Amino acid sequence: MKSNSDMTAAYIDEQLKETHFHPRSSKFNVRNAWGVWNGFKFADYYYDVDFEYFCVRNSCGTYDICPMQKYYITGADAEAMLNRMVTRDISKLKVGRVTYLCWCTDEGRMIDDGTVFKLGPNSYMLTSGSPCIAWFKKGAFGYADVKVTDMSDNIAAMAFQGPTTCEVLKKMGLDGIETLNPFNFRHFPLNGDSDKKLMVSRTGFTGDLGYELWIAPEYALELWDALYQAGENYNIHPYGELATGMVRLEAGFILPGLEFNEALKTVRFEHDQTPFQLNLGWLVDFKKPHFNGRKALLKEKEHGPEYTLVKLDIDGNKCAEGSYLYNNEKLKKHIGYITSTMWSPVVKANIALAMVETKYLKGEIWAEIYYSKEMRPHLKVAKCILRTKPFWAPARTRAKPPLPF
Amino acid sequence: MKKYDAIIIGAGHNGLTNGAYLAKAGLDVLVLEKNAYIGGAAISRELQEGWTYSSCSYMSSMLRQAIHRDLNLSKHGLVLVPFHGMVNYGTNGEALLDYSDAGVAYNHLRKHSPHDADSMFRFQADLARYAQLIRKTLMRTPPDPTSFKPRDIKELLWMAKEFWKLGEKELYEYMRFFTTSAEEFLDDYFENDLVKAAMATPGIIGTALGVYSPGSAYILLHHVMGDLDGNSGAWGLARGGMGAISNAIAGAYKEYGGEIRTNAGVDKILVENGKAVGVVLENGDELYANVVVSNLDAKRTFTKCMDKKDLPPGIYEKAENFKIRGSSGKVNIALSGLPKFINLPDNRFINRGMQSLVGSIDTMERAYDCWKRGRFSDDPFVETVIPSAWDPTVAPPGKHWMSCFVQYCPPVLSDGGWTPEKRDAFGKTVIDKIERHSPGFKDLIVHMEVRTPVEIENEVGLTEGNIFQGELTIDQLFFNRPFPGYAQYRMPVKNMYMCGASTHPGGGVSAACGANAAREILIDLKKPNSVPEDSVYDD
Ligand SMILES: Cc1cc2nc3c(=O)[nH]c(=O)nc-3n(C[C@H](O)[C@H](O)[C@H](O)COP(=O)(O)OP(=O)(O)OC[C@H]3O[C@@H](n4cnc5c(N)ncnc54)[C@H](O)[C@@H]3O)c2cc1C
Repeated sequence: MKSNSDMTAAYIDEQLKETHFHPRSSKFNVRNAWGVWNGFKFADYYYDVDFEYFCVRNSCGTYDICPMQKYYITGADAEAMLNRMVTRDISKLKVGRVTYLCWCTDEGRMIDDGTVFKLGPNSYMLTSGSPCIAWFKKGAFGYADVKVTDMSDNIAAMAFQGPTTCEVLKKMGLDGIETLNPFNFRHFPLNGDSDKKLMVSRTGFTGDLGYELWIAPEYALELWDALYQAGENYNIHPYGELATGMVRLEAGFILPGLEFNEALKTVRFEHDQTPFQLNLGWLVDFKKPHFNGRKALLKEKEHGPEYTLVKLDIDGNKCAEGSYLYNNEKLKKHIGYITSTMWSPVVKANIALAMVETKYLKGEIWAEIYYSKEMRPHLKVAKCILRTKPFWAPARTRAKPPLPF
Repeated sequence: MKKYDAIIIGAGHNGLTNGAYLAKAGLDVLVLEKNAYIGGAAISRELQEGWTYSSCSYMSSMLRQAIHRDLNLSKHGLVLVPFHGMVNYGTNGEALLDYSDAGVAYNHLRKHSPHDADSMFRFQADLARYAQLIRKTLMRTPPDPTSFKPRDIKELLWMAKEFWKLGEKELYEYMRFFTTSAEEFLDDYFENDLVKAAMATPGIIGTALGVYSPGSAYILLHHVMGDLDGNSGAWGLARGGMGAISNAIAGAYKEYGGEIRTNAGVDKILVENGKAVGVVLENGDELYANVVVSNLDAKRTFTKCMDKKDLPPGIYEKAENFKIRGSSGKVNIALSGLPKFINLPDNRFINRGMQSLVGSIDTMERAYDCWKRGRFSDDPFVETVIPSAWDPTVAPPGKHWMSCFVQYCPPVLSDGGWTPEKRDAFGKTVIDKIERHSPGFKDLIVHMEVRTPVEIENEVGLTEGNIFQGELTIDQLFFNRPFPGYAQYRMPVKNMYMCGASTHPGGGVSAACGANAAREILIDLKKPNSVPEDSVYDD
């Protein structure tokens, strides 16, 4: 008979990986609400979704982005290769700057979106939610001097978001952090030790004031401790996947599996999306020469996308989860569908992202909402108003310098 | 001489809401406020540098979401933040905790009484059922039961239908609810005294009734009928203090073109040929308008701002007899650190929210006895909240402020009037009580604002310091508020209206009174309605 400890050993590979911050973050996970992201044990929430949501909107919170993919792309041909892969023109990107972008198949269908950091003249870091190493390695083929290195496990990363974040980083001793402008990054010594290089970018996925912190794994816990000590009087707390899902929707940001289906994982014909469909036309730069998907996207630009992702403000407070959209109250003509929806506690509105047939955008939009009251199903047909701006975009997000809160 | 479409007396949150909806409908509106600042009982004030007190009201739950959304108050800076951690202390310091996770809360309640842990489900369901019905009436004008106007009849029929949905048994229960006491109501559910006392506290807050007084059960309901984003009965903090609510409403009002004048106390409402035509300010200035709206309580409006001869017979007397007894005090305390309470684990989710020093049903009733005899209670019920533990904007980092709502404190003392010394003695009683539950508390005090009903009346103009602008008893509720026959915001003098908490649905920062009054004014002026319908979660 095997002992329990033997059992555990035998099944160890069944377990998910733990992130560099796990020894600290797991202490906060009083509800044991673990999910998974890229093979890592990843908190859906730690204590309470709404509490964590309000950390981001009211004080500050940390979000473990260790499972996010990070690739170094280096060499004399790095720029040329990247510019060939992504739809945006990165040749103008300066060292110390970050940009948001996406990459597509030859058919112009979106594979993923992410950020690119220009670390040095011939050196970039690309981040993405899902693994894309194979795709980028394929893209490097034919370039003489470019190297794609998977750094995902070698960089500990943490988003730090919310109105008091600048103040807390100041308390942590990051001299001059208030002069770091949106989409810039800079290095700071952690705890005054210049050997412990902490990279800080003013970026995030919350639409609020916030930063992302990047450091070598051996200093991950030291970073956590320094940050949590500095943030103690600011209610610092980790937030999980569910709170992230809320704040990003208020900011109007998209997620794979909800707004778009990653092209390389799509089975059915055109069940993936183009940047134009996702309202990301501004990420596509036709002024630069050939890039993946250029021809197809040019064609789509001329014709206009069949579907367009839009922001909706829906009447009432019943969430239009998975709802169909129609062009009138009678629900005769089906014109689209909801991709993500929630009641927004800060805006006090019933908000959603939705895919709507472009030609119907000028007319009325109605949602067919099914909800239940004590297990009895109900139907509500609610009017939707098109919004062009993010639901939540406080001035502090772009403030230079940010105020204390 | 300029003539406004409407003048509103008082920049309380209801006056501002009223103004916002009138201005939204295109009217030329002026709000007059006696103080140098706006907000009435929904204000934030910095009395000690670095600390921002919510001087009067301190939590939000009743604010109508439909108004928040319609006036886009978020854009004007309003964010409501829920907080966690409700602790109720018994006489000997035993602590009843409310955990935010339902399963965990149940486990804890079982430690006090398995019976009550079980009963709590039925209690919550019953309360939810009663609250649901009341909630639906908040943004509707009460019908006049004696009228034959189609609109009143339609509204009465709607009500009958809603009542009927409860089922026969519940209908009787519901009627009982309005007249029974909190204690009797709770007795049907709970055996543990602390559980019962804790659940009874909303029944006495702000009212000159005791836990055993008929009518206190309704007060309990009034305090739990709100919600935060659909979480029934949940209370939140306004980021930046309660003044953020008034300021956001004022922001919307100004965006619609409304004008506010502060330091502009109104002395009298001008009445000519039975019609309100304007106001005289305390400085003698006269201002004219087609419509005059009072945000003041009913007693103050008619007995202070009007001449008896301008009123139809009986109204002045009704106003004189309007029940508006003050019963609460408020102590705001700036602290150099976070107070530590006894019998609590070092758990941030429960040790820094609301610490309610309840005592027992018996001590609560004895505190009420003091009030009846014209004394402040020597062992009062104190509800303390630490907004700074949740809101980074209201105290310096690491420092805190505590809001203490104290029940009971009379507006008139039987041993002569209030003096600064007696006020300080009242304050001392409160901090002595807190010190018993939080040893070392007094050493943390940086600054303290002690407010008896006298200070509340003098500053906010709430007669007798009654926080609801008039008792919430059945004789002064719904179609009886403020007086039978005058519940539709129109007052006995033509072109004159009321929009404050003295009208339906009563006290609390709901903005409903102001919005409802605007709807009625717009009907009379034959303007399109600008007031949204309420959207309640359980509709
Ligand atoms: C201590 C205390 C605690 C409370 N706690 C809560 C709570 O936590 N949550 C909650 O929801 N509710 C609470 N309330 C109740 C709530 O604050 C009030 O019911 C609500 O704010 C009333 O709003 P209002 O606009 O109707 O009237 P008010 O706020 O009373 O406004 C009346 C306005 O008129 C002005 N005024 C008076 N006389 C004149 C004059 N002659 N000329 C010009 N202006 C004049 C006043 O200065 C004031 O600005 C509390 C109240 C108090 C006093």
